[in-house]
Amino acid sequence: MRIYLSLLFILIASVVFGQKFTTEQSSVSFYSHAAVEDISAKNTATTSIFNSATGEIVFSIPVTDFVFEKSLMQEHFNEKYLETETYPKSTFKGKIIGFNESATGEQQVKAQGKLTLHGVTKDIEVSGTAVMKSTKLVLKSKFIIVLEDYNVKRPKFAWQNIAEQVEVTVEFTYKPL
Amino acid sequence: MNKLITLLLFVSPSLALAQDDLMAELEKTQKPRTQYFDQAFKGTRLVNGQSVQTVGKGALEFIFAHRFGAMNGGAYELFGLDQAYVRIGLEYGINDRLGVGIGRNSVDKTMDGFLRYKVLRQSKGTTNFPLTVTAFANAAIRTSPKKEDATYPITTVDRMSYTGQLLIARKFNAQLSLQLMPTIVHKNTVDRSITNNDTYALGAGGRVKVSKSVALTAEYYYRFNTNPNDPHYNAIGVGVDIETGGHVFQIVLTNTRGLTERAVVTETEDNFFDGGIHLGFNVTRSFQLKKRK
Repeated sequence: MRIYLSLLFILIASVVFGQKFTTEQSSVSFYSHAAVEDISAKNTATTSIFNSATGEIVFSIPVTDFVFEKSLMQEHFNEKYLETETYPKSTFKGKIIGFNESATGEQQVKAQGKLTLHGVTKDIEVSGTAVMKSTKLVLKSKFIIVLEDYNVKRPKFAWQNIAEQVEVTVEFTYKPL
Repeated sequence: MNKLITLLLFVSPSLALAQDDLMAELEKTQKPRTQYFDQAFKGTRLVNGQSVQTVGKGALEFIFAHRFGAMNGGAYELFGLDQAYVRIGLEYGINDRLGVGIGRNSVDKTMDGFLRYKVLRQSKGTTNFPLTVTAFANAAIRTSPKKEDATYPITTVDRMSYTGQLLIARKFNAQLSLQLMPTIVHKNTVDRSITNNDTYALGAGGRVKVSKSVALTAEYYYRFNTNPNDPHYNAIGVGVDIETGGHVFQIVLTNTRGLTERAVVTETEDNFFDGGIHLGFNVTRSFQLKKRK
């Protein structure tokens, strides 16, 4: 009975101290350098929840919300490359490693987990930074995605327009849930 | 001890599924979204006529369209290749729904100006609508013949014609899109012994994608109120769309040499089924004048 009670206590404690954060502002952008033209796009409609007690993090990107400079590029991105009518969402499920909620200043952290893009799920590990600013948390990361890994094809005609890999920059500002 | 094991049995699966739970929680907080099906066709032209597509905010589309002569002209005309009819045009996207354009067609030296507005978008989600509907209107002036060459005292008003169209399309899946085009063409001055001022027509067409960058297209305009003496035919066209970066190439076979609605819908001169087929192409190039962000 005593074991039972203490276990219950631990469970309750973890619920009470487990702090969940949700996105207040988000930015996911990508950039690819190519000989003819650089391609970049930005998405501010991504949502995320981070549980600082367990380190678990999930995010969901509506892929159709990437805004490009060129209308035609945006259309091709949706129709031909990311096929967003079939795969409207990209998600990440994973853990943040090395985060300490009570530390001040910038912390080097890692995110490990499964990224789903264009219907393909891959294990990824990326590094980034975390900063606690009073009650708010800012997570930033910059990493490379290889298009072939996610079955995103580049037609031969347009090879000069699209690089094999793109640099992704994410910046999320969280508030307590 | 038994109780502890039972409790552990309950707790451990919930730990293993925590990330999925968190994802479910995230999905609960997301506002419902609407998915739009905006890419029914690759170009603003189906074959000869218009499609529901708009060029997009801030984009300027240059179109160069060309039709050779009819193939049944025989070896003397090198099966049509000796002749050439051209339309050069520009269309600018004021926003993602509204486009404005001008063009010049060598057939009857015609200048045209038009407006295109996407009234309804095919969508799924918080709003559900099965069709994309675009309204199209143009005004065109024939600058041929010259005033001194005309058989009657011709005025600017005589030279004008107008078109009103509803373009109604549905993208059934990634491959198949179909479109209907109820159309009115009004010509200010005509020879009433052979034709009417107003022509009512219904166009039908579609595309089948055969790869990400290549599609097959077809289009037909049926006229309802043809004068029995009218020597013209209903316009038929088939084509292949090839998309490469900022360009769309459309290679077509059609029985009309015209590239404005007046000429295509009401003045198609050749019989498709008697070799009156013109080889042609439309080439578009998109320039982004104003950045979207």
